[in-house]
Amino acid sequence: MSAFMENIDWSEIGQATLDTLSMLGGSMVLTVLLGLPLGVILFLTGPSQMLHNRIANGVLSLVINILRSVPFVILLIVMIPLTVALVGTSLGVAGAIPPLVAGAAPFFARLVETALREVDKGVIEASFAMGARRRQVVLGALLPEAMPGLIAAATVTAIALVSYTAMAGVVGAGGLGDLAIRFGYQRFQTDVMVVTVVLLLVLVQALQMVGDAVVRKVSHR
Amino acid sequence: MITFEDVSKTYAGPGKQGGDRAALAGVSLSVAPGEVFGVIGASGAGKSTLIRLINGLEKPSGGKVVVDGDDVAALGVEGLRSLRRRVGMIFQHFNLLSSKTVAGNVAFPLKLAGRSDAEVKARTAELLERVGLTDFANKYPAQLSGGQKQRVGIARALATGPKVLLCDEATSALDPETTEQILELVSNLNRELGLTIVLITHEMDVVRRVCDRVAVLEGGKVVETGPVEQVFLHPASATARRFVTEADGVPGEAGAAVDGRVVRLTFRGEATYRPILGAVARETGVDYSILGGRIHRLRETPYGQLTLSLTGGDVEAAIRRFQADGVRVDLVAEAGR
Repeated sequence: MSAFMENIDWSEIGQATLDTLSMLGGSMVLTVLLGLPLGVILFLTGPSQMLHNRIANGVLSLVINILRSVPFVILLIVMIPLTVALVGTSLGVAGAIPPLVAGAAPFFARLVETALREVDKGVIEASFAMGARRRQVVLGALLPEAMPGLIAAATVTAIALVSYTAMAGVVGAGGLGDLAIRFGYQRFQTDVMVVTVVLLLVLVQALQMVGDAVVRKVSHR
Repeated sequence: MITFEDVSKTYAGPGKQGGDRAALAGVSLSVAPGEVFGVIGASGAGKSTLIRLINGLEKPSGGKVVVDGDDVAALGVEGLRSLRRRVGMIFQHFNLLSSKTVAGNVAFPLKLAGRSDAEVKARTAELLERVGLTDFANKYPAQLSGGQKQRVGIARALATGPKVLLCDEATSALDPETTEQILELVSNLNRELGLTIVLITHEMDVVRRVCDRVAVLEGGKVVETGPVEQVFLHPASATARRFVTEADGVPGEAGAAVDGRVVRLTFRGEATYRPILGAVARETGVDYSILGGRIHRLRETPYGQLTLSLTGGDVEAAIRRFQADGVRVDLVAEAGR
C-alpha cells in the first residue's frame, strides 16, 4: 500500500488545491459580475419584454453563442495575446482567469436569462401597476423573484468552472487538473491521478451541496 | 372619476397572418366617484384590456381614457407613476412577490413611492389590521390560503391611499365561501373609504352582489350598460340574458308547450315577501302554473322573478291587479292553441 502512495508530494497537492480554489474564486466572481448584467440585458431586450429590441438582443445572443461554441481548450489558446494584454502573463492563476471568465460568463448569462423567464409575468405587471419604475421592477421584483433560479445557475456555472480550471492546466495554469495531466497521465503516476480526481470530486460535491442549501434558504415558493 | 371616450384597442396581427386583432372597439362609458362599476363579459370579450387601460398598463389605439382628471395616454413616466399610486389593482392570481413576506408585499408600493421607513412600518401595520392579517405579517405568500393571499393583494393595493380600486377577476380563483368574504371586504372598502371600484368578471353573481352599475362587453363592444337592477331583471341584450340565465342556473324561459298566457312577474323590495299570487288568483279566478322563478338579493334589495302561465278567469284583470301591487309584468308569450 505504501508503494501506491509513493509518488504523492502532499505539499505540491496542497499548492495545486490552493491554485484551483483561487482560479475558481477569482473567475467565479468576475463571471457573475459580467454574466449577470449580460443575462439581464438579454432577458429585457427579448420578445415582448420591457426593453424589447430585436437588434440588441440578436447581436448579444450571437456573441454569446459564438463564445459558447468555441471549445474551451481552443479558447484558452486563442485568447493568449488578449490575456497577456489584460494581466501581463498567460501563465499561472492570473493567466488562467481571463479565458475562464470568457468561457463561463456567456454560459452563466444564458442560465440567468432562463431563470428570469421563469418569473411570473403577473408579478412584473403588478409591480408596474403599483407605480414602479423599470429599474425598481428589475431590482425590487424581477431579481429577488428569480433568486432561487439564479443561485442554481451560479452553482452549475461554478461546477463547470472546476472542469475548465482542470483544462487550463494545458496552458500552464497550475492547479489540480494540471497535476493530474502532468503527473497522473503523462508520468503514469496513477496515485496522483486518483488523489487529484478525488479532491476535485470533493470540491464539486461541496459546491453542489452549498448551492442547494442556499437555494432552499432563499426559496419561499 | 373614469371616462372612456370612443376607446379602441388593436393588437398587431399574429405574424404572417396579417390583420390586426381588435380587442376593444368604440367603447364609451363613465364611472362616477364612489361607484362600484362592473364589467362583465366572456373570456376574450376585452375585459382585461379595458381594465388595463385605466392604469395605463395598456395604451389605447384610439379615443381617450380620462382617470381622475388625467388623460392616461398623455401622461409621462412620472405622471403615470403618480396615477398608479391613486389607482390600486388586485388580480385573479394575486401576483404577490413570493420572495417577500406578507408585510414586505404590503410595504413594496410604499417603498416604491419613496416613503420613509417609519411611515412604511406604521402604514403596513395599519393595512394588515384592516384586512385582518396582522398575525401573518412575517409569513410568506406560499404559506397562505387563496383568500388570505387576496387580502394581502387588497392591502397592497390600498397602501398608497388610492381613490380607485381595479379588480381583475379578483374572485375567479377562489371558492364560493372565500369569494363571499372578499366581495364583502370590497363592498366595505367602497362604503367606508368612498373608494371607486371597477371590477371585471365573467360571473353575473359577483356583479349582483356588489355592483351599482354594470357594462356588458361582447366582442370588444359595450352591448348594454345600466344599473345592475335593470340589467339583471330586464336584460336587453342577448349577451346579458345569457349571463343572467347562467347566474340562476336554470333555463330562462319555459318551453312553448304551455297553455295560457305566459307572463314574467318581477317583485322588488317588500313586494317580494307579500302573498300576492294567491290573492290575485282568488280575486280574478285565474289559474296559474309556475314555469320558473328565482328569489335573490341585489346588494341589499330583495327581489323575485316568476314566470307563470295564466289560464282561465279574467287574465287581463289579474295582470292589472299585479301591476297595482307594484309588480312589473312582462308578457313573454301569447300561448294557447
